[in-house]
Amino acid sequence: MSLVLDREPTRTIPAPLIAVEDLSVTYSGRHGVVPAVARVSLALAPGQSLGVVGESGCGKSTLALAIMAYLAENAEITSGRVRFKGSDMASMSPEELRQVRGGGMAMVFQEPGAALNPSMRIVDQLVEAAVYHREIDEGTARREAGEMLRDVGLPDVERILGSYPHQLSGGQQQRAVIAMALLGHPSLLLLDEPTTNLDVTVEASVVELIGHLRRRHGTGLIYISHNLGLIAQVCDRVAVMYAGEIVEEGPIDAVFAAPKHPYTAGLLRCIPQPHTDKTERKLRPIRGQVDQLLTRLPGCGFAARCDHAVAGRCDQGELPLVDVDAGARHLSRCIRWMEIADATETPDDQADAGGVRDEVLLTVRDLDKFYPVEESGLASLFGGRPRRVVKANQRLSFRVRRGQTLAIVGESGCGKSTFAKVLMGLEQATAGSIELAGLDLATLAVDKRDSVLLRSLQIVFQNPDETLNPCYSIGTQIGRVIRKFGIARARGQVQQEIKRLLALTRLPATLAARRPHQLSGGQKQRVAIARAFAGRPSTVVADEPVSSLDVSVRAAIIELLVDLQTSEGTTLLMISHDLGLVRYMADRVVVMYLGQIMESGTTAEVFAPPYHPYTEALLSAVPVADPALRRRRIVLEGEIPSAMAPPSGCPFHTRCHRKLGAACETQKPPEQRMADGSHRITCHIPAAELAQMGDIFGKPGGRRDDT
Amino acid sequence: MPRIVFRRLVYLIATMLAASLILFGLFELSPESVAVDALGQFSTQEQRMLWLEQNGYFEPAYVRYFAWLGKFVTGDLGMSRVFNAPVAKVLVDRLSATGILALFFFATLIPISLTLGVIAGIQRGTLVDRAITLFCVITTSIPPFASTVLLSTIFVFSLHLLPGTSGMIDGFSFRELIMPVTALVLYDLGYVARMTRASMIDVMARPYIRTAVLKGVPYPVVILRHALRNALIAPFTVIMLHVNWLIGGVIVVELFFAYKGFGSLILEATLSRDLFLLEACTMTAVVIAVATQSLADIAYTFLNPRIRFK
Amino acid sequence: MTTGIDAPERSALGGEESRVAGFISGVGRLRESPIAMIGLAIVLFWVLVAIFAPLLAPMSPTATIRPMALPGTRGPGGQLFLLGADHLGRDVLSRIIYGARTVLIYAPIATACAYVVGVVAGLLAGYRQGWVDDLLARIGDLILAFPALVLYIVIIAKFGSSGLNIILAVTLASGPGVMRIVRGMVLDIRNRAFVAAAQVRGESAWHIMFAEILPNATGPLIVDACLRLGYVTIAIGTLGFLGLGLPPPNPDWGGMISETRQFAMIFPHMVVFPCLAVSSLVLGLNFLADGLTDIVKRA
Repeated sequence: MSLVLDREPTRTIPAPLIAVEDLSVTYSGRHGVVPAVARVSLALAPGQSLGVVGESGCGKSTLALAIMAYLAENAEITSGRVRFKGSDMASMSPEELRQVRGGGMAMVFQEPGAALNPSMRIVDQLVEAAVYHREIDEGTARREAGEMLRDVGLPDVERILGSYPHQLSGGQQQRAVIAMALLGHPSLLLLDEPTTNLDVTVEASVVELIGHLRRRHGTGLIYISHNLGLIAQVCDRVAVMYAGEIVEEGPIDAVFAAPKHPYTAGLLRCIPQPHTDKTERKLRPIRGQVDQLLTRLPGCGFAARCDHAVAGRCDQGELPLVDVDAGARHLSRCIRWMEIADATETPDDQADAGGVRDEVLLTVRDLDKFYPVEESGLASLFGGRPRRVVKANQRLSFRVRRGQTLAIVGESGCGKSTFAKVLMGLEQATAGSIELAGLDLATLAVDKRDSVLLRSLQIVFQNPDETLNPCYSIGTQIGRVIRKFGIARARGQVQQEIKRLLALTRLPATLAARRPHQLSGGQKQRVAIARAFAGRPSTVVADEPVSSLDVSVRAAIIELLVDLQTSEGTTLLMISHDLGLVRYMADRVVVMYLGQIMESGTTAEVFAPPYHPYTEALLSAVPVADPALRRRRIVLEGEIPSAMAPPSGCPFHTRCHRKLGAACETQKPPEQRMADGSHRITCHIPAAELAQMGDIFGKPGGRRDDT
Repeated sequence: MPRIVFRRLVYLIATMLAASLILFGLFELSPESVAVDALGQFSTQEQRMLWLEQNGYFEPAYVRYFAWLGKFVTGDLGMSRVFNAPVAKVLVDRLSATGILALFFFATLIPISLTLGVIAGIQRGTLVDRAITLFCVITTSIPPFASTVLLSTIFVFSLHLLPGTSGMIDGFSFRELIMPVTALVLYDLGYVARMTRASMIDVMARPYIRTAVLKGVPYPVVILRHALRNALIAPFTVIMLHVNWLIGGVIVVELFFAYKGFGSLILEATLSRDLFLLEACTMTAVVIAVATQSLADIAYTFLNPRIRFK
Repeated sequence: MTTGIDAPERSALGGEESRVAGFISGVGRLRESPIAMIGLAIVLFWVLVAIFAPLLAPMSPTATIRPMALPGTRGPGGQLFLLGADHLGRDVLSRIIYGARTVLIYAPIATACAYVVGVVAGLLAGYRQGWVDDLLARIGDLILAFPALVLYIVIIAKFGSSGLNIILAVTLASGPGVMRIVRGMVLDIRNRAFVAAAQVRGESAWHIMFAEILPNATGPLIVDACLRLGYVTIAIGTLGFLGLGLPPPNPDWGGMISETRQFAMIFPHMVVFPCLAVSSLVLGLNFLADGLTDIVKRA
């Protein structure tokens, strides 16, 4: 039985808290009218939680703003309505609307730093949220604000109440924003990417908090995110959006275990997971990129990128959301869901990483990079104060073998990007050496390096929007590299080489005449890869190469990098905070925290016990898009200390859940060689005890261990 | 807080020293030209030599510089040839006259320009906004020397409403202040108003305004409590920096309306090559400019908690 | 300054295309903003007037014919004084037409000089940082400590009034302002990955400053140039008004006002028309800058 739900959206759930009924929103801009949300229907009962997932431009933020009735001036609701507790938001008076906002439903945005008023103390901003919705005086509101801050897990409440937002860290700011949202006693909380720019371990603790508060206050929750893993952790149900439409909606477990829309299935298949590697589960990229459609084509919005699309069926008319499992209310907008349901993934026979060769290419020895903290001009002239330093890299030592992929993992401030800068010669090391092909690169500035060295060591940067100069065409920019490296000089040869590189990165040759702003993010990143590989380098550094890209585009870039590395025999140095990606790509892993190496070894060694306590916490914190996965939860307290004032002894002792005692606070931990080969862990806990540790993922062989 | 005040003070003194070096280099380095300026074009060579001898101009340059600087610091600014009076006295009289002008200028400029800017910023894109913006561009395009002429043509020549000169011969006259103040305000108004408008628009688009609206704070409170304070920091600083510009505007306006102030004094000193007077005037202008820059800096720090509590 | 700028723009595929096409699309985009078009029309009007001055002016700008002639009256030879004549009997219209030449020669040259100095200094300060930055910033601060008009007056008082000195004075007074803007933009642009990409492929500092960074700063700089041209026009006019401008009998709008302002209460036409001329030119430049700001922001 399949039930068409678009026409009767509210019947299945009685008395919904919030009901979005057949909502369409368009934006009018310079290029015409752009649809952002198309015929979306959703309903949420009190206390329920719903996740909304989608990539950039899928309309999820517009949906959130439409629910709050706070659309931009150039936005227009072209169909449908939003009802809060039965009343239409569009027909409310300004005063009714004001009461609902903050009092009925509250919103938490991403970038908490921007969401708080920079010139008001936290206490004043919190009190406002309470006094305008509830009949309480300022004094009571102040007291409640303090209690709420304690509730959201902030230490030192009195100090934080009197602080200005910039005096708090990102995680503290977001907790304060959540406290502010709850102070109006709303029955619905809307969260729009609330943890997007936070570090993994901080993100994990904020998400934990959200789940806790929800249970405690019985608040309904709409959680918007591009991260399937987070949704899996927080929500009961999930709605997947693509090009303004809901393409699939259902209970978390059902959608993740047996997706009934090719887009959902594709998304799940193209994310590398920290508990599987490339031999177990090969990534399957989704073709093409997320398009900003000016006009809606008939049929399925995903058809252009779908491997199952059939002409004549998928591109006809309006496709309804059909219930694929009447009991659980699992809906899909795919017209062929029944036919393709059995097309489950069979793991490809995987070519192995191609035999690790033994020749050491790059040796890093006791590398230090300290930055002096700049005192402003005149003060440093007069004041004889000792100069403070940031120890961005401390005593880094590791080796990279030819043809290998080495990943450096860590959260912000761990010094992984600083190392890349030193390696590339953009910064000079304070002490230690980096040996490559008989040269010491540690203090060899980029303008002192000869063209052979420059050519053989190249880099792919993180942000595709900044990696290409907007003023020149793609051909011009690649051509410049080709000439600079002396690969070719004559015009014809250069053209030939440009074509070869574009083909190598699977880009059409016509792209050469385009300018960067005409390219998508994925295309720009391919050009950046083409540019890095132009001089046939022996080593390529990839600094977070996919973290700024849409989820569905990432897999294709990852595959391209892996293929190029294999075919060109390049050594790849990957810098990333994404453990899933690292597990997928790397042969060896170095885990860093506050400028120091905590653990290193082969990928298999690092991702299996024994772990360094920090690695263990990281693995526990990473959101995994698999609600069925069981793993131990370790939520770290506090936040990453500032690199300006790193903790003494072991840098991780302030947050460590396995801290032994005073030794961790005062003494540098020793580097211990583990039994399993090249695996090293820098920790005070004896190797034998570390070896007792269980697997963080619920796999056989590990001892259950509840922390 | 005391640190920034101290830093600005050091900076002020350093700038003054550098400026004094430049002035000394320009006007006092070659004694001959000093003598010509002091004694006039038609003095004889012997007279000039005698004068130079008497005034210690045959000492080495650095000795003369420190002597010159010492006199300057102690307030001995020399005699004005044109006014035949101590430079210090002339300067103080004229400065206080211009101070009155500046007072009325700011008292008129600040409320009008900030109000216009805030109104335009809140109602962005409306007819009111466009009218204010257009008015601002047009007034900013009329240089003070032209606006003095045009204003006098209208209010003095055609309508006979106001006096055409502001010499204040019969003592202080408020009516005589109206034309100079209007000319100055008119040119500066547009700049400050547009700055305020841009700042207001910028602030209104910030996420924290959205936060405030979406937590149900009444709209007037959002504007008054959340928007204005952040939006007025930049224009306020700009207004203080305008003292630098005001000195230029004052020269033009005082000349046209024959107002006996600091601006016309600089001009008289220049045109009659009254060296000591010109040096003193220039140094005074630099002191005023740098002091207000420092004040603006300190005020900005004070208004902005992000910098105050670093 | 040609060192190392054998840059991308002349290499490989469609090198020239990007620059030329960029310029054409930029000019084409002016049409999106009516206010910019009005501004451009006003500025072009005065440029054409300046170029064709000898054809357009009904009389010689220096011929003394009929003192104090009112607008619309005729001279002894039957010449029509459309805008009247000044105290020496010179035709006001012809003087305004020739005066456009003065301002449209000196203001752009002076602004261009300020830009050359300011852009080079700003690029060096922002890209090199360290002591170069400190030194240039201090020099800039020192110059900006003098109120602009006082600086002009001091320079003219010391070196005398001539076209060259006016250009020098404007360069000195405006250069630091340009430098600050350029420096600010360089500090932003130099952190983008394409600059690091150029560094790791071994490009020279000059190439990076002029071929990688500068082209990305052109939008805001063009807007600033329009505004600054307006300020310089006002400054030159003001110097003329104060009697420190070009020596007579050169027709110069500020000078015309200065010479005749004592007659303003009796014969306003002598002063009002030059005032309107200078104001309209500045208005055109401000309109142009305004429209360009919107276009640059949208890009």
